[in-house]
Amino acid sequence: MAAIYVVAAAVTCFKLLLIPSYRSTDFEVHRNWLAVTHSLPISQWYTDKTSEWTLDYPPLFAWMEFFLSQIAKHFDPEMLRVTNLNYASDATILFQRLTVIVTDFMYLFAAKKFCDVCVKKTKGKESVSSNIYQNPSLIMAVLLMANFGLLIVDHIHFQYNGVLMGIFILSIVCIYQNQFLQSALWFSILLNMKHIYLYVAPVYFVYLLRCYCYNPNKQGSKFSISSFSLLRLIYLGMIVLTVFGISFGPFIYMGQLSQVLSRLFPFKRGLCHAYWAPNFWALYNIADKAASIIGTKLKVLSSVAVEEASMTGGLVQEFSHTVLPSIKPIYTVILTLLAMLPALIHLFLNPQKGGQGFVRCLVLCGFASFLFGWHVHEKAILIIIIPLTLLILEKREDGRLYLFLSTIGFYSLFPLLFTQFETPIKIVLLILHCLYSFSSLSNIYRSASTMLPVVSWYESLYLLGIIPLEIYNSFIHHVLKLNISLPFIPLLLTSVYCSIGVLYAWLRFYSTTLKSSTHKTKTS
Amino acid sequence: MGLLVEVCVLVVISIALRWSVSQNTYSGQSKPPMYGDYEAQRHWMEITLNLPVSDWYRNTTNNDLQYWGLDYPPLTAYHSKICGYIAQYINPDWVRLYKSRGYESYYHKLFMRYTVLVADFLIFLPAAVLFYLAQDQLDDKSMLFGLMVILLYPGLILIDYGHFQYNGISLGLAVLAVACLGSELQMIGAALFTLALNYKQMELYHAMPFFTFLLGKCFKAGPFKGLFELIKIGITVIITFLLCWSPFLTSVESAKQVLTRLFPFNRGLYEDKVASFWCSLSVLIKLKNILSQENLVLLCLSTTLLCLLPSSLHLLYKPTITNFKYALVNSSLVFFLFSFQVHEKSILIPAISVCMLANREPLTSIWFLSISTFSMLPLLVKDGLIIPYIGLSVMFLIACVYISQPFNNQKPDSLSTLKKINFIISMVGAILLTGASQFIIPPPQLPDLFPVLISSYSCAHFLFFLLYFHFAQIFGDEIDVDRKISKSTRVQTSKKQKSIKKEN
Repeated sequence: MAAIYVVAAAVTCFKLLLIPSYRSTDFEVHRNWLAVTHSLPISQWYTDKTSEWTLDYPPLFAWMEFFLSQIAKHFDPEMLRVTNLNYASDATILFQRLTVIVTDFMYLFAAKKFCDVCVKKTKGKESVSSNIYQNPSLIMAVLLMANFGLLIVDHIHFQYNGVLMGIFILSIVCIYQNQFLQSALWFSILLNMKHIYLYVAPVYFVYLLRCYCYNPNKQGSKFSISSFSLLRLIYLGMIVLTVFGISFGPFIYMGQLSQVLSRLFPFKRGLCHAYWAPNFWALYNIADKAASIIGTKLKVLSSVAVEEASMTGGLVQEFSHTVLPSIKPIYTVILTLLAMLPALIHLFLNPQKGGQGFVRCLVLCGFASFLFGWHVHEKAILIIIIPLTLLILEKREDGRLYLFLSTIGFYSLFPLLFTQFETPIKIVLLILHCLYSFSSLSNIYRSASTMLPVVSWYESLYLLGIIPLEIYNSFIHHVLKLNISLPFIPLLLTSVYCSIGVLYAWLRFYSTTLKSSTHKTKTS
Repeated sequence: MGLLVEVCVLVVISIALRWSVSQNTYSGQSKPPMYGDYEAQRHWMEITLNLPVSDWYRNTTNNDLQYWGLDYPPLTAYHSKICGYIAQYINPDWVRLYKSRGYESYYHKLFMRYTVLVADFLIFLPAAVLFYLAQDQLDDKSMLFGLMVILLYPGLILIDYGHFQYNGISLGLAVLAVACLGSELQMIGAALFTLALNYKQMELYHAMPFFTFLLGKCFKAGPFKGLFELIKIGITVIITFLLCWSPFLTSVESAKQVLTRLFPFNRGLYEDKVASFWCSLSVLIKLKNILSQENLVLLCLSTTLLCLLPSSLHLLYKPTITNFKYALVNSSLVFFLFSFQVHEKSILIPAISVCMLANREPLTSIWFLSISTFSMLPLLVKDGLIIPYIGLSVMFLIACVYISQPFNNQKPDSLSTLKKINFIISMVGAILLTGASQFIIPPPQLPDLFPVLISSYSCAHFLFFLLYFHFAQIFGDEIDVDRKISKSTRVQTSKKQKSIKKEN
């Protein structure tokens, strides 16, 4: 369908316009990695410490940087010098921005493939077919390709999430088509490019084990342990091990495995990022803060102890709690796993729903890691939102949750862009996202809502609450001159407000996922 | 509801594009001593804020007219003064007399870009939306297409938000004036056009059709009623003019001073490499060397007037709104091609007229607008806007061609196929020239090779478009009948579909 190409081309052109935008330090991070992979031998990739932005992505990503650097030297060889810190000539900026745009083709390709393969064809209505507000497959394409979060994070803030998400979606498409080995291959490659996807690895493990290794002949028939196929497990293992071998092999050979791993998993960072991601810990922190303030007011706590606690918090960027127990990394791991467990068990017991059930579980695991993980970035919300996008055409409930979560999740990315020129861009793009997603989904799910379409009235109220919140953050806070004495208040408000929404969406999504299976078994 | 959302989406997209272009460099950024249009606009804020009205257009010790002297009509000056007040409130350094010359900073750029956005928000965007919403005979699809063309036209976005100017104001006022005339609001339309003319004298390109259209309407209305109408409109125009010029009407001399600033006949025939007829002709014959300055002016004047005649007389004879829109294109294009002292940015004036015809001439308007943006390429490259130029133009071309497909495929005959083939060849040519001008270094004896090639290529197109639009205006009635038939059938089919939907 030509319309999908038009959407892809228009989005790509828009990305070109964002080239001169603000760039975060991630730009320098990736420039440094270009330089490291280009000018140093492999043995020094994970040991070099010239820049503070050491290579902390897995080896396949480093190889991607290596290949990009081969082209980079034709743009500006200066950017490939390791000692040339914070180098940003026009050619460098152009080159790096273009690499993001070009590698994004992978994402566009994957999104198109998903729309072609996995979106059920509607009843062949000619009049509907070309309207981007009505055709389901086109709506999916627009919502995926013009994803607000990816535009903001990749093309302004600067990262390579597009290509990674593209590989991720490709592996999901393979699951939809029951091409399990290919899916495993793509996912292993993905894991070796960015290890944050480890969070969703259990889903792949459970699903491949259940649908590929058991019941090799009859899909969806009753589960029995005896149907286990060792041969298939070996196939799977070989694929995964080959990819990991190619990626980590050289470093194991050079005896650097522990060095590489220590770069990949730096547990020395704090529980929360500088700006709290809108997750469970943001609420936990604020509850602790509130309790300590109330405690000192009521003279239950001595103010000296409170001050000491917050002092240490400022120094090591670690938030030590005063009233509630302080959190250790292992707690977060346990909580995350606990939150994932019901979803994984549910997936194991209900594999008959195929790709759809698989994506549901991906979303739930994404939620669990985002809500309870250690040192979570606000950007990680994309690992929930993008798989959730794939579900919007399945059920009204999914569409509703997508509208709710994408609005709140994208809004929570606002603090990522704090420069003046980008303020109108982020506001306008969010408005655009809301206008389009609400109107197009209301065409699919007819709604008689009195406020925003598709979502319920209390969800509408909550979402509309963003408007006064943003007005306070950008104007009133400055007018009241609180930005000097209490500079962190807007960020705090944003993350607390959004975390309530994310938590709500998680619980709601969990209950619909678990309920749907019981309902189905009852009717069938 | 659905239509409203789609209009909003288009407007919001156009704002997103506009703002993302404004992050780019502006004309003359960090290029002392003269800088560029950005500095000119800032300098006017400084002048109008700090000097008395009587000195704005006069060379005084405090107002060096050689350094970006004010040469736009009074409304621009008032607008500058308002912006100047706001600038002074935010940071007095931005508009301090003399000391602020060449002032550049992140926040100043932000402020200047915001002034353009605010102006568009107040004038151009509402004008464009009203223009297309007011045409109730249009079906939703062609209305949205027209709106898309006028809102996403890359040339205007690049010049206003990249190069830096306030064309959106005068063009928006003109669009609004046309919308008013289309809705039988003659007096408001005339007043709005007078305002446009008083913001930028380039709007004179549009003056002839406005005049003949209103005059023709009065003729049609009958002797008494017509005369009465004419007097009403005449008084409206005169009062608007008097209001705009009141501070300068204290003496004949001060009014004359402004006028000589607005129409500097002592400048050259053309500046840089413009896609005007004279500039392209100079590749073959150097008229500048043959004729004196006065004769050149005369030659331009007579050619322009002669070429204005056919479309104007036709409009006078048949003053319909469609003929009026065609005449706007024809008149402004004649001015662009044949008049004296043409700037490459002046192509925006014919271009905005074509934008108003987008629903009638889908493919031709896309074609014209793409070529018009292309004709400004050397200027855009100088301003460092090549990447936004590529991004916006490709997006405009692909999106508009895709959306306009159902309109173009209505009558698949050999003529329209030929047109499509020509369109593709012409676009490929423009793309190749763009690529060549960026990557091929011209031979040293021909340093201006690519600017000349680009302007000649565009000029050839414009001459062809001039013929086409004249043909369409004068012989378009017969085609019109066909269109009406096909439109009524379309309406019927859409009604049928709606009723089917209801049944479902």
